[in-house]
Amino acid sequence: MRIAIVGVFLALLVLLAVGLTLNPREVPSPLVGKPAPAFQLPRLGSAERFSPADMRGKVWLLNVWASWCVTCRDEHPVLVDFARTKRAPLVGLNYKDQSDDALKWLSRFGDPYQFSVVDADGRIGIDYGVYGVPETYLIDRAGVIRFKQIGPVTPELLKGKILPMIAELER
Amino acid sequence: MKNIAVALAMLLATFGALAREATPLADDPQVEARLIAIAEELRCLVCQNESLIASRAGLAMDLKNQARELIKAGKSDAEIRDYMVQRYGDFVLYRPPLKSSTLLLWIGPFALLIVGFAAVWIFVRRRRTLPAAALSSQDEARADALLGTRADDSGR
Repeated sequence: MRIAIVGVFLALLVLLAVGLTLNPREVPSPLVGKPAPAFQLPRLGSAERFSPADMRGKVWLLNVWASWCVTCRDEHPVLVDFARTKRAPLVGLNYKDQSDDALKWLSRFGDPYQFSVVDADGRIGIDYGVYGVPETYLIDRAGVIRFKQIGPVTPELLKGKILPMIAELER
Repeated sequence: MKNIAVALAMLLATFGALAREATPLADDPQVEARLIAIAEELRCLVCQNESLIASRAGLAMDLKNQARELIKAGKSDAEIRDYMVQRYGDFVLYRPPLKSSTLLLWIGPFALLIVGFAAVWIFVRRRRTLPAAALSSQDEARADALLGTRADDSGR
């Protein structure tokens, strides 16, 4: 009887301990393994338009950001460093932002993006299942989403996950 | 004169109400009723303890507007739910479908209930088969003194 009680207690302890290490804000995206939703959006600060189809044949990153997003500023230096290595094209999706503010933000902190596209009303964000900025998508040559990061890209994540995945997808 | 002033004041008061900005797209009560029915069953991703209909988070407002548009475009409730699930996964549903990843969620509470009943049953059975504790003569005397049974008996 006593052993059973101790057993139940330990099982509960393990269950709660595992629960504590999980992040409830990280909702697994159903879009991983699916083609990146198509869109056509104007580039930030230019009249040119961009569509994910333009990136066919390339492994690339789509980073959702906004000038109002506080965490994006923490993430920003990591992206700037990544862009310097020219390892893969990095496209920004400027989400529910004012273009003036976005351009000011980039000139102030540096622009790691090949270019950013403007999703002023957040509609494309919805198609991509965006619910917390920043978010980053790794898209392969065929235009399939291979990985999604919710929250900031950290140097550890870049080194441990994103760079190895890029290498694998480019093989 | 006074009546006219009152009437004028009341008329002026209505202007404030008229000047209020209309809520975007919330003009059709039928659409709104369907939206409420659907969005009550959907979870807001930003404030995860709120339903989509209760939440006033930016994304929740966007998703509700999107749902309104889909309703107006003649989509069925199931199609609108699918639209959300395609983008945000089963997590948005308060009643997720039964599949391998949600099995524990559906069966877990019942499994726990059965374990609880089993534990009670075993406990009660053990209790029943336990031999009745014998009282020493000293304890019996104390119990009698406290209950006052002997005293009553002797007084008769």
